[in-house]
Amino acid sequence: MIDFGFSISKSSHIKMDDVDLKLFNKLEALNPDIKTCMACGLCTATCTAGKFTDVSFRQIILMLQRGKEKEAVEKVKKCMMCGKCMLVCSRGINTRNILLSITRIYNEQNI
Amino acid sequence: MRPLFDPFVLPFVISMTFVLLYCIIGMIRIVFQLPKEDRRKFLRSLIYPKSALKNFRDLVNDCLLHTKIWKRKPLLGYMHMSIALGWFMIIIVGHFESIAFSPLRGLEVPFMPKLMSNLYLPIFFRYFAIEDLSLKAQIFSFLMDFFLLMIISGIFIAVVKKKKPRKVGLKRVTKFGIKEDLVRLSLWTIFPLRFLAESSMANIAGGSFFTKYLGFELLFGGNYNETLSMIFWWLYSIDLAIFMTLLPFSRYMHIPAEALLILLRNAGLKTTEPRKGYALAEIYSCPSCGMCIDVCPMSEVKDNYKNTAVYFIRNIRKGKRRRDVKAMTEKCLMCGKCIEVCPLGIESLDIKIAQRNKTYYKIKSDFEYLKSQQDYKTTRPQDKAHSPETQQLSNSATQQLSNSATLYFAGCMSHLTPTITRSMKKIFEIAKENYEFLDAEGSICCGRPMMLTGKVNEAKALIDKNTELIKNSGAKRLILSCPICYKVFKEEYNLEGIEILHHTQYINELIENDKLEIDRDDKRYVYHDPCELGRAFDIYDEPRNIIDNIGLLTPGKSDKDMAVCCGGSIGSLTMTLEERDEITKNSIKDLMHNNPDEIVTACPLCLKTFARLAPVKVRDIAEIVANTIN
Repeated sequence: MIDFGFSISKSSHIKMDDVDLKLFNKLEALNPDIKTCMACGLCTATCTAGKFTDVSFRQIILMLQRGKEKEAVEKVKKCMMCGKCMLVCSRGINTRNILLSITRIYNEQNI
Repeated sequence: MRPLFDPFVLPFVISMTFVLLYCIIGMIRIVFQLPKEDRRKFLRSLIYPKSALKNFRDLVNDCLLHTKIWKRKPLLGYMHMSIALGWFMIIIVGHFESIAFSPLRGLEVPFMPKLMSNLYLPIFFRYFAIEDLSLKAQIFSFLMDFFLLMIISGIFIAVVKKKKPRKVGLKRVTKFGIKEDLVRLSLWTIFPLRFLAESSMANIAGGSFFTKYLGFELLFGGNYNETLSMIFWWLYSIDLAIFMTLLPFSRYMHIPAEALLILLRNAGLKTTEPRKGYALAEIYSCPSCGMCIDVCPMSEVKDNYKNTAVYFIRNIRKGKRRRDVKAMTEKCLMCGKCIEVCPLGIESLDIKIAQRNKTYYKIKSDFEYLKSQQDYKTTRPQDKAHSPETQQLSNSATQQLSNSATLYFAGCMSHLTPTITRSMKKIFEIAKENYEFLDAEGSICCGRPMMLTGKVNEAKALIDKNTELIKNSGAKRLILSCPICYKVFKEEYNLEGIEILHHTQYINELIENDKLEIDRDDKRYVYHDPCELGRAFDIYDEPRNIIDNIGLLTPGKSDKDMAVCCGGSIGSLTMTLEERDEITKNSIKDLMHNNPDEIVTACPLCLKTFARLAPVKVRDIAEIVANTIN
């Protein structure tokens, strides 16, 4: 077969039926304000660590909701806890505590 | 001739022995829990004359005279002093009295007469003594009566305080359970019972104005009744016994613990473990007086007063479930007002931080990316990934910094309030300062928010990176705009030879050196002291001096060290926005006390928090200065 330099990219389709949201539900129970997130992205826009890395609070929440826990945790690790996202959040979500809860609930072995 | 012994002394002697043993064992335990280095430091401080003198002075001032409480609430100060000093003097004077007038004098005592009469010190002296009319004896009994009256007057205030806290200037007092009530009742009745017991037989043992004339002559009508007298002596002894036995398990443990705490503090020790050593001495020293309840910003919200320092310490002491203590630890705003008013100076924030440090996080932070980050001026990560040369480029950028002696570090929060950075740039230009804006294009965090979550090692990575950047710049001065940064730079960074200033200090210096020409306006300003600038570093006068040069400075309701936290503090981890808003509203109400035209602050976080809810304009001190200079 001739190599044209193209390939078929892997599907990014997420089957929600296969996703185990046990840990996310636990997180949500501890921080009910997570439910009010409307993914506006203000947090991402101001993020201090986001200037140098791919940290994004909005994405972290989205990824956890969709079961992409490994990727989310990789991002959480780089957070500096400065609290700017909390100050700008249009929904008044306590983002710092959610990030701390994630580091307590999720574990690199069980995801 | 009076008897030499009576069984009524036994309850007291047994309980006294118990309490002394308990305190000595507890003291040894605390000293052994200290880290080795600290223990050596502590023992050394006991010997050195200079620190020993300070120890003595502090023990007298704090344990006996209670000067700190006098300064805040004179009536409460008198209450504490009268009970503590009065009781102490009764013990001391009483000892001298019983040595001088020992009933054993002139008696044939078996085995070593001298030693026996020195060891035999009747605590209930009046029961065993016979009236002596010499001047010396009269002076002693006058002193004893005087101090007894002093204590009883103190107890009278204590009773009023309990029934009507507002009369002594307290809004809320700590709530106690039955056990504490029993101990308090036993304390209150000790001295009235002593008065009754001594008065009832003042015709035999003698006494002065209080016991003999007021007590015996007036109260008992000059009649001596042996049975009645015996009942009072027994009650007095049993009452003392109840108090002494319960003392180690009640808040009155602060009486012996405070002495140890003062010695430990003067040795320069700090909390390292939340429930051991120094922290334990602090926990036992808390008298649950509740001074911290009224001042805590959290207690403005109903039911939240349960999170104040006094309840936090009590929960630790009671060995409450770890989860409860942890929840309280994480709620606190860390504003430090409770420490400011604490008559014992208990550093409860250090205990909270030490407790937070114990939190186990399953996921560890990873700041590897900082290492490759040579400079802040790099572009976004996706661009960087495509250009491996950026690292070399940025290396040269760092070296360029070394031209200027002054470095300006705005901090994360100041980037959310561009008026501050813009104003600072303008001030720098007008003052012709040769400066470099370290984080003009964004920065990494100073590390304090990380420290507050208890992740000390992770914060270290940030601190190291910032230290490296600042040291490489070769600057001699570092000017900061954010008090949060200021605190951590002052306390955790090792920046020898570099002067660290907050912009209030810097601007004040410029004004004093006439480097800025200010056009005065006639606005009325109120200044809000940020916690991490005011209470943490006592920077109160510099900002006020600046405002004095610009307009009219009006005081808020509670100023300086009593300023109310804005509510935005990153010290609290779990507080919700609704709870924060209540605190902010209350803080604004406090500031608007004299109807100022504008609120001025010196912290980007306070600015941002207030701006949402304040009825008047809120501005940073740099901004009002920048607007009045040309």
